[in-house]
Amino acid sequence: MIKLMAKSITLLLSVTLLACAATLEKESGQKAETGKEIAFSRNKGNCLACHEIEGGEFPGNIGPPLKELPKRFKNKQQLREQIRDATRFNPETSMPPFGKNKILSAEEIDLLVDYLWSLQ
Amino acid sequence: MKLNRSFNTQQSKQYISYCYKLFCILLIIFSALSSASPLQDQTQLRRYYQEHFPNLTLKDYSNGIYAIDPVARQSWQAIEEFPPYENAIEQGERLFAAALPDGKQYADCFDNKGMGIANTYPRWDTAKQIVVTLAAAINECRAHHHADELAYNQADMLNVLAYMAYTSRGKPINVVVPEKDENALQAYEQGKAFYYQRQGQLNFACATCHIQNVGKKLRAEILSPSLGHTNNWPTYRLKWGEMGSLHRRFAECLANIQAKAYPEQSVEFRNLEYFLSYTSNGVPISGPSVRK
Ligand code: HEC
Ligand code: HEC
Repeated sequence: MIKLMAKSITLLLSVTLLACAATLEKESGQKAETGKEIAFSRNKGNCLACHEIEGGEFPGNIGPPLKELPKRFKNKQQLREQIRDATRFNPETSMPPFGKNKILSAEEIDLLVDYLWSLQ
Repeated sequence: MKLNRSFNTQQSKQYISYCYKLFCILLIIFSALSSASPLQDQTQLRRYYQEHFPNLTLKDYSNGIYAIDPVARQSWQAIEEFPPYENAIEQGERLFAAALPDGKQYADCFDNKGMGIANTYPRWDTAKQIVVTLAAAINECRAHHHADELAYNQADMLNVLAYMAYTSRGKPINVVVPEKDENALQAYEQGKAFYYQRQGQLNFACATCHIQNVGKKLRAEILSPSLGHTNNWPTYRLKWGEMGSLHRRFAECLANIQAKAYPEQSVEFRNLEYFLSYTSNGVPISGPSVRK
């Protein structure tokens, strides 16, 4: 009886856990959608003005294509810094300081970072 | 910041070309900061663009973006068959010949009766110690002959400008910064500083787009060189659906980077025009023009 209860509790637990994992998965999927919108939208990031991004129409070519960023940045924090204020790394950069000049909020930059990090 | 970069030859070629470009840009920025003479600025800018566009001659720069964007050039040439600025030239010719309140005409105010002189503006006015653009000179002429001033963004002014530019087509821009006049030099320097000053929420300078990234694509738009930016005015801009002035275009570029814009014919814009015109000396007048 106790054994059975233990078993059903484990089952219950794992089901809830699975469900949680599923919602997490869904959430980060949704996140990527918004991150993408921020990257593509002309009155948000408008990253396409300067960067090629997969699926984006009429990209500019002022900056390098945005892909495989985990290979170029040690971690997400460094990518966040590049978007927050690119002039820190290159004073002559053409890239607007999105965080410093409040073009994008910290939350929007986080969404962007998650999205960009996932690009192959 | 960038890890594990392994270079193949293609990449290292790109890298070398990147370094070279960076060097050129730094050179330009450095020369912008150090006080070079206007003539040195002009020589350096020309050389910079020559390296970017080895196939262009000075005269090609009179067509702005269409000198370097073959796709846009085609549709522009098609529009030029029936140019939308033709009416402005006709109206301008009529206005130009009309009598001012005291019976005099515009022709009485200008060298060579106002024909073929648009390329010599803006000018430094030694008496008033200001930069006088052609538009400002037209209003000075009107005031002198007891007519009301024309609004700078209105059809009458733009039409007179269109006609005067038309009679100057093909003439190379010939703007003078009188060497002995400290204040003229200062006005020029202020225009230049404005051009290289980063501003607005997006933190761009005019030079970021039209010098540093010239020829590159900003979304679908190729960025035109500053050389010749003052020679094609007024222009019929398809986006505006009407004729407009150089200063209106300045204001639009500033608005695009969320920066403070100035009124037409403000000191800031006159000095900016002075710098841009001087460094464009030699590029022939092509105004009035049509732009997308
Ligand atoms: C007006 C041009 C411009 C815009 C708009 C722009 N960038 Fe950039 N970006 C650049 C340039 C130029 C570089 C090259 C490095 C430098 O100059 O700092 C760059 C570099 C980068 C890098 C580093 C890439 C690498 O491989 O080193 C990232 C990441 C990046 N940008 C992300 C973004 C994001 C995200 C946005 C939009 C929110 C954006 N950029 C908008 C011009 C721009
Ligand atoms: C963010 C990029 C950007 C910045 C910054 C910028 N421009 Fe522009 N400018 C453009 C684009 C794009 C066009 C339209 C295509 C072209 O002709 O280059 C343009 C067009 C122009 C033209 C019209 C050229 C013609 O042939 O009709 C002038 C003049 C001009 N800009 C001057 C300026 C000045 C002066 C500043 C600074 C106050 C400035 N621009 C800042 C992007 C920019």
